[in-house]
Amino acid sequence: MANAIISMKDVNKWFGKFHVLRNINLEVAQGERIVICGPSGSGKSTLIRCINRLEEHQNGSIVVEGTEITNDIRHVEAIRRDVGMVFQHFNLFPHLTVLENLTLGPIWVLKTPKAEAEARAMKYLERVRIAEQALKFPGQLSGGQQQRVAIARSLCMDPKVMLFDEPTSALDPEMVKEVLDVMVRLAEDTGMTMLVVTHEMGFARKVADRVIFMDQGEIIEQNTPDAFFDHPQNDRTKLFLSQIIH
Amino acid sequence: MSATTNVASQTQAPITWSGASVLHWLRTQLFSSPLNTLLTILSVWLLFAFVPGLVDWFLLNATVSATSAQECRKVTGACWSVIVEKHRLILFGVYPYEEQWRPLLAMLLMLGVIILSGVRRFWNFSLLLFWAIALVGAAVLMWGGVFGLTYVENSRWGGLPLTLMLSTFGIAFAFPLGIVLALGRRSNMPAIKTICIVYIELIRGVPLISLLFMSAVMLPLFLPEGLTIDKLLRAQVAIILFAAAYMAETIRGGLQAIPKGQFEGADSLGLTYWQQMRLIVLPQALKIVIPPLVGLFIALFKDTSLVVIIGIYDLTQAAKAALVDQAWRGFSIEIYVFISAIYFVFCYSMSKYSQSLEKRLATEHQR
Repeated sequence: MANAIISMKDVNKWFGKFHVLRNINLEVAQGERIVICGPSGSGKSTLIRCINRLEEHQNGSIVVEGTEITNDIRHVEAIRRDVGMVFQHFNLFPHLTVLENLTLGPIWVLKTPKAEAEARAMKYLERVRIAEQALKFPGQLSGGQQQRVAIARSLCMDPKVMLFDEPTSALDPEMVKEVLDVMVRLAEDTGMTMLVVTHEMGFARKVADRVIFMDQGEIIEQNTPDAFFDHPQNDRTKLFLSQIIH
Repeated sequence: MSATTNVASQTQAPITWSGASVLHWLRTQLFSSPLNTLLTILSVWLLFAFVPGLVDWFLLNATVSATSAQECRKVTGACWSVIVEKHRLILFGVYPYEEQWRPLLAMLLMLGVIILSGVRRFWNFSLLLFWAIALVGAAVLMWGGVFGLTYVENSRWGGLPLTLMLSTFGIAFAFPLGIVLALGRRSNMPAIKTICIVYIELIRGVPLISLLFMSAVMLPLFLPEGLTIDKLLRAQVAIILFAAAYMAETIRGGLQAIPKGQFEGADSLGLTYWQQMRLIVLPQALKIVIPPLVGLFIALFKDTSLVVIIGIYDLTQAAKAALVDQAWRGFSIEIYVFISAIYFVFCYSMSKYSQSLEKRLATEHQR
């Protein structure tokens, strides 16, 4: 694929002796929405964590926006400025207010002046519908609110790619919807490239351009949502889909 | 779901005392079980056995107005006149008598900047400036030789200003060094990690006394001919190096308590290692270890009394010097009570401050 924003070629990774990623080949175009699903232990989280070097791959190459990920920390930091990540357990900074959480990155990494950073932060807080909580601390918010703050925090860095590592898995069912709504609006209103690891198949149907199924470290099948859910090709995919609500 | 329960703001119904409620309180708090009854009786007996005697000795039969040792010996209680007579020797050591306003002023300067550091409003760069001014001012006052002040070499410094100085400089320099060592020990770079581990384990393996002794006696043997480093400076450096090793381990405990997700959240924003440490990890880690860290500060303040082993006159040694006076022989209890009270005031203040600091920082994020 020409001008792929993320390009992974023959990527292999081991955790000690455990082969967690096997010969991953993946190209992501700009503006594409990809949902990655699969049973636990299949390597989905490890795959997206390799993209911003939270995990190190041992073999193969990962190129993000033309920069290859190597041990050179400056390349890694450059990539991390353009790749935002939303975690399963939010990872907000508890000793800072919501507003400070959001302005930390722009002020210290992007060298944005404080007033401009705060204005941008308030804009994104309004976008995720949580502006009135700006001066609260993360510990005073519910899970759904915290995750929305985490999404806004990543957006404040103006990333080109957003990675979502099971963003709703730690939330109560009532809060899952409010976070998914934010993600759907993000997909529809902006041209953001999104890679989402999730079990929320309704979200996949609504938003995804491509659904990827992983099992035991390999990409088994990838297709458009309709083709994937209605006409799975591989037996392992069929088995997985039969076990979940889709 | 955004419940913020601030315990301090809960209001209670006013307590009204009545005879019945007092009896009820006695019955439930003091006499509720055979064991409690026994302990109550024992405690009351101990109180009656010791407290009147102590109050007598400390206050009722004590004297501050006796003018000589003979008069004091006639008194059955404590002789606080010995403090009145000797307090300048105890507090300032052998510093020249007429110039003792200088260490007093230096002490006030240091105390002032320490208290200023405790007030959150001043937690910015100007605080460093204040520290620099205070330390330079204290040094000028103690040494003299400029601005018309007579020169007083530091072998004549002693007493409380010296204890305060050794502790203040000790804590001020050992704390950042401890942070660096703790981060170094957790580093991925093998050389740095090894150096930090070796340093910490070596220093922790020897008592402070032996470090002071080595600094005073052994180090001069290794220095080139003619090069001498001031003895007080050597003692100060030994204290700093000693304290830093213990602080490093305490801080490392705090660093270990920070969940991995915090590092990953900071990484995902593109923060550099030092930005992460300064903005995210260290504020949280240091807050966690305030209790043991302040315990180390308090212990360090008292450990400075060990400099007596190399002939430096801190507060404890100055007190012992006061006892040497034959005329006031036999009043050692009063003198030791006096310096114990001084140590207590400083240590308790540190302890109270740490409690208030914890409370203030905790309201920032209630979970």
